[in-house]
Amino acid sequence: MTDASPDLLYSDTEDDLRAAVRSLLTDRADVPAALILAEAGDPYDAELWTSLAAGIGASGLLVPEKLGGQGAGHREAAVVLEELGRAVTAAPYLTSSVVATETLLACDGESTESTDVAGLLTALAHGHRVAVLAVPLSTAPDGPLPAGAGTVTGVADAVRADVLLVVRHDGLYAVETASPGVTVEPLTPLDLTRPLAAVTVDPAAGIRIAEAPAAQAAVRRGLLAGAGLLASEQLGIAEWCLEETVRHTRERKQFNRPIGSFQALKHRMAQLWLEVVSARATARNAADALATGSPEAPLAVALAQAYCGRVAVHAAEECVQLHGGIGMTWEHPAHLYLKRAKSDEIAFGSKGRHQETLAALVDLPGPR
Amino acid sequence: MTDAAELRSLTRKLLAEHPPATTGRTDFLKARFDAGLAWVHYPAGLGGLDAPRSLQAVVDAELTAAGAPDNDPRRIGIGLGMAAPTILRYGTQEQKERFLRPLWVGEEVWCQLFSEPGAGSDLAALGTRAVRDGDSASGDWIVNGQKVWTSSAHVARWAILIARTDPDLPKHRGISYFLCDMTDPGVEVRPLRQITGEAEFNEVFLTDVRIPDAHRLGEIGDGWKVAQTTLMNERVSIGGARLPREGGMIGTVARTWRERPELRTHELRQRLLTLWVEAEVARLTAERLRQQLVAGQPGPEGSGMKLAFARLNQEISGLEVELLGEEGLLYSDWTMRRPELVDFTGRDAGYRYLRAKGNSIEGGTSEVLLNIVAERVLGLPSEPRNDKDVAWKDLAR
Repeated sequence: MTDASPDLLYSDTEDDLRAAVRSLLTDRADVPAALILAEAGDPYDAELWTSLAAGIGASGLLVPEKLGGQGAGHREAAVVLEELGRAVTAAPYLTSSVVATETLLACDGESTESTDVAGLLTALAHGHRVAVLAVPLSTAPDGPLPAGAGTVTGVADAVRADVLLVVRHDGLYAVETASPGVTVEPLTPLDLTRPLAAVTVDPAAGIRIAEAPAAQAAVRRGLLAGAGLLASEQLGIAEWCLEETVRHTRERKQFNRPIGSFQALKHRMAQLWLEVVSARATARNAADALATGSPEAPLAVALAQAYCGRVAVHAAEECVQLHGGIGMTWEHPAHLYLKRAKSDEIAFGSKGRHQETLAALVDLPGPR
Repeated sequence: MTDAAELRSLTRKLLAEHPPATTGRTDFLKARFDAGLAWVHYPAGLGGLDAPRSLQAVVDAELTAAGAPDNDPRRIGIGLGMAAPTILRYGTQEQKERFLRPLWVGEEVWCQLFSEPGAGSDLAALGTRAVRDGDSASGDWIVNGQKVWTSSAHVARWAILIARTDPDLPKHRGISYFLCDMTDPGVEVRPLRQITGEAEFNEVFLTDVRIPDAHRLGEIGDGWKVAQTTLMNERVSIGGARLPREGGMIGTVARTWRERPELRTHELRQRLLTLWVEAEVARLTAERLRQQLVAGQPGPEGSGMKLAFARLNQEISGLEVELLGEEGLLYSDWTMRRPELVDFTGRDAGYRYLRAKGNSIEGGTSEVLLNIVAERVLGLPSEPRNDKDVAWKDLAR
């Protein structure tokens, strides 16, 4: 391994963090209860968030210690997202603890004394408050941003947010969700575990925390981190779907034998396994590039988003199919993974969008 | 324990005592072997120093910097990658001392006599017979049968061979493992021409070939177990080459794409981008596997890498032929040749496309590898089998 090679493994600290998060999620896993809450539009488990954020400190992984965070990085946050993906947990982690936090950290660059930004980062790190960037979930790191006034649709976790980060022509604003002139209208999402809303903010509301064009750069950095670490959530989804499918097909018997003994099925699962180990290397590569501030981070993120989304969807679709009838029921959790995986395929930009980004970075132009 | 500093100093001592500029290639390689710097993880006296495998890089870097000759590993890949680890694990001290040095130095090329016309994926069903010669005091074995897909047989001095020694036992239990002298008068090697026009492989006919019992590797009847060591090493070496970005076939297509804008179409571009992503992902996956091995956490990913490598080579080379359009209609040369080296990436696009078809067949078909992943990695149950407890001689064929 040369010094330039990314570290694609997990450290002991990262393994410990994973064990803590998995243990918490396993203890609080209750799919029937979660489904009832999700259908009512409020899938969030407040106690789980407190344990994850304040207890384990997961919400402060990206925040420096001097601002009350853990002073860790993207590799650790990626491990948390793998586990949240495995459990298809409804929590504002990717939106608040990654995208909004990274955006604020980028704003904080020149004005470390900015008490507004620093105070908000501390509150996010402790998990006392939740902030989300008011852009559609489908926004790619290099995609178009909302132009200012008007309604922004498809904002993930806005219903759970205390603060909205709003992009306007003249900069980035922090707006209290509870303040006058802010409307958060819940939408009916394909993925019930990540609520979406249409957000309308009075153009006069909020305080400016970054001036243009620094604001644009900060938002892009936040979205790049979000897209890169989404790959780890997708890895977690795929991993659970494969493990659950293997478990089911080993136990389910038809024609007097476990259905997992048929080559027609086991070859599909072996193929999926290969995709999952490939997604792991790719997601680790993206997390490591973000953590080290590598100049290759945009390439590593685009690669991860051009590959991992498809793997999660394939795994979830195979999970439904290889479960047969039970996989089609509301009762079995497979559909939660399918819906999350399919939504994640669009989140932070589609595969095609990231392929184009990649093509520009590695010089593979289109026909003249 | 030998450390990096000690290896560096031993390497410099070797270079001082046998300056590459004034030492013959083979003499230098022999001296390197005798100094324990051939493969440092091998035992002392057999070309190594019982050092950690990762430290080989220290030796190689010193030798490369000094312009020392190497043992041309591509030419002797079967010996290095398959015969050597098997001899090391199962050989007697005499066998190790006799065979490993000329193998590593490259004086003796090895080939592999495993597959048969009637035993491909079901290798354990092989029918080549080895019978003890009753008249021979030393207990020689007389071998008769036919082997196939043998690369390097026409240049090999020795072969690793599996043959049936007891047809009354179930197929996995009646096999023994031998080291076969390819100069025996009963060995006939015939080229097997393949779809590329060349004959990289051979058919090998064995007629009353005499093998001394001293050239048996492992116990009588343990050949299947011994062969597993060979086969696992084969798959690791096929899937495990380290490459830079765009280092494989994708690099060739990407260069053509950049240099020849007139060939580009929208449909080809979508496929190229998808394959570029998959090739880069496969490269990272192989890199992660290597990092796991260095960290002493070997993962099961190795079995998967050959699957990925085979599919990608086939799709990328197929795309390349299409991209070339009118040129894709042409082929460099159909002349029947018997190359010494296996070449996956050389020559022209048509050759690469045709040669890549073998990638999902040689060294275990992709279908068999999927079974291995499913059963050994994922723990899925095997298909019901009706051949496990039946004497080999009673199997359908």
